[in-house]
Amino acid sequence: MERIVNYSEAIREAIELEMAHNPSVIVFGQGVDDPKAILGTTKGLLDKFGPERVFDTPLSEDGMTGMAIGAALAGLRPIHTHIRMDFMLLAMNQIVNMAAKMHYMFGGAVFAPIVIRSIIGKSWGQGPQHSQNIYPLFMNIPGLKIVAPSTPYDAKGCLIQSIRDDNPVIYIEHRLLYYQKGYVPEGIYEVPFGKARLLKNGDDVTLVGISQMAVECLRASSYLQEAGISAEVIDPISLYPLDIETIKISVLKTKRLIIVDNAWMTCGAGAEIIARLMELNLHQDIEVCRMGFAFVPCPTTPKLEQKFYPDAKKIAMKAYEMIFPEKGAWHPEAKLQIEEVEFRGPF
Amino acid sequence: MINQNPALIKKIYSSLYRIRRVEEEIARIYPTDKIKSPIHLSIGQEAVSVGVCEALRSDDIVFGTYRGHAIYLAKGGDLKAMLSELYGKDTGCARGKGGSMHLIDVRNGVMGTSAIVGTTIPLSVGYAYALKYKKSNAIVASFFGDGAVDEGAFHESMNFAALKRLPILFVCENNFYAIHSHHLNRHHSDNICERAKGYGMHAERIEDGDIFKIYEFTKQYIEKMRNGNFGPVFLECITCRWKEHVGPNDDFHLGYRSNEEIDCWKENDQLKKLRPFLKPDEAARIESKIDKDISDAFRFAEQSYFPEDAELYTHLFKE
Repeated sequence: MERIVNYSEAIREAIELEMAHNPSVIVFGQGVDDPKAILGTTKGLLDKFGPERVFDTPLSEDGMTGMAIGAALAGLRPIHTHIRMDFMLLAMNQIVNMAAKMHYMFGGAVFAPIVIRSIIGKSWGQGPQHSQNIYPLFMNIPGLKIVAPSTPYDAKGCLIQSIRDDNPVIYIEHRLLYYQKGYVPEGIYEVPFGKARLLKNGDDVTLVGISQMAVECLRASSYLQEAGISAEVIDPISLYPLDIETIKISVLKTKRLIIVDNAWMTCGAGAEIIARLMELNLHQDIEVCRMGFAFVPCPTTPKLEQKFYPDAKKIAMKAYEMIFPEKGAWHPEAKLQIEEVEFRGPF
Repeated sequence: MINQNPALIKKIYSSLYRIRRVEEEIARIYPTDKIKSPIHLSIGQEAVSVGVCEALRSDDIVFGTYRGHAIYLAKGGDLKAMLSELYGKDTGCARGKGGSMHLIDVRNGVMGTSAIVGTTIPLSVGYAYALKYKKSNAIVASFFGDGAVDEGAFHESMNFAALKRLPILFVCENNFYAIHSHHLNRHHSDNICERAKGYGMHAERIEDGDIFKIYEFTKQYIEKMRNGNFGPVFLECITCRWKEHVGPNDDFHLGYRSNEEIDCWKENDQLKKLRPFLKPDEAARIESKIDKDISDAFRFAEQSYFPEDAELYTHLFKE
């Protein structure tokens, strides 16, 4: 029988396995050793590996990021964890001015193998400062690798790859992905960076979803199926390096592309992917569309929050409109999703 | 000063003289525009770097700032690689990609200097964490100026170093000015050491720039750090930047500080004060040897090649 594991456990397994065989791996961040253990992802690590390798930190995001870089220069492989991605904004100086540049600005004399984990919040009133996803900022900075896996399988393999990579890696999780369950092999395996995951085959439209939006795209594809539309769904997994080839092949087949950013669209992953495709001069009539956060801070009230995010239904409607522009709007019946059933606040 | 052993006096004099002469040569050549890198000269502040670094072991680690020529050289950094770096040559310590503000010599424990005030302080703390974790008895010396004391990263680092009792010596080179801003325009009072003590570490201030006081302090507390769980130590050294913030010139014409402020430090120049303790012929011998090394190193830098165009894209990531 297939081994089915949830997203959070997949992350925990990756960390535990890497810590067990490599004493250089250490884990720290606010709350990593507390009873909630970062939504279970660091559970049991303190008992198994001790307080020198698993420790809570002061609320000093910038200082602790620099601390991670310094420890990495001395040969350790730190995993610095932020329970919310918004908190990384307090560490931008160390991430951008130091981590991203250590190898280059010192002419290769040193390198900084650090992993920065962060979790994007969504729903249950996360509001303006607990819901942000700032990967577009990082995509603009040379020297950082950025990954945002959406399946438990990729979450585990990608985190192992991140820990083993000799460079700074921004590893992005999503609160609602923690409800995803799927096949996860026991033991160590790596999911290489720069290779997108084809989540579902289809012929009529290509849906590319970043992080949890990959799940929304899959759900959208099931709505579309009812309307007789076959959607191909791709999770890029890694935003840097970015696998344009897989998306190109899909788009050459479907001639239609919707990219759903898990962030604001301006200068985002969607903008980058579409620009890169255009620069390939494919000489094809390809229709493209970006979806993403409304260009306002995330409102807290559920009434407005629902308008703020793209979701499966909105994605499906957009695809339908793209394929049948003459037919007018289509309103599939919304289905209840697992996180809506299982999610309970507060987070 | 006079009670020190002659070998140590000679070593310290050599290091001070070397740094001073390198800086003077850089200042002399700078107007030719052969060095296209902003330079922040250490002239006047050499005694802090030399006093501390002479007390360190070769496997101890230093982190510094953009005013880092003295730290780099005092810790044993390669002179040819440093000057080549200033010239932007492929033989530079950072292959020309860093320049004067990003000096590094891993083999000699110089882990890199940075152009953003305060940014190497947390790195020093992380390095010290790793040393302690690996049960090494090496230590880290983290150099920064009084401007860095304004930064949040400084306070975050002090707190964490004390919390984890890390083997790190914080060295604040207080030259009173962040560019042109006096520290009492930026700080409520003259109490940097008190703040360090508040974080839970031993802290002392050396007012007069006496290089042997700096050396002895470092020696004494580093031994304590090596031999146990003593925790971090803070040293504030009052010092004086003789030159402008950036560039090769004096800056009295700007009017933000007076000649008199600096005159007493020129009187107190440790290089000048130390020379009479060497035999005259010995001093001359040391100086001519160093002068020759310096002119060789400048020639090396001038004759080295610039990086190939393809180097633009190398070192973005470690493969």
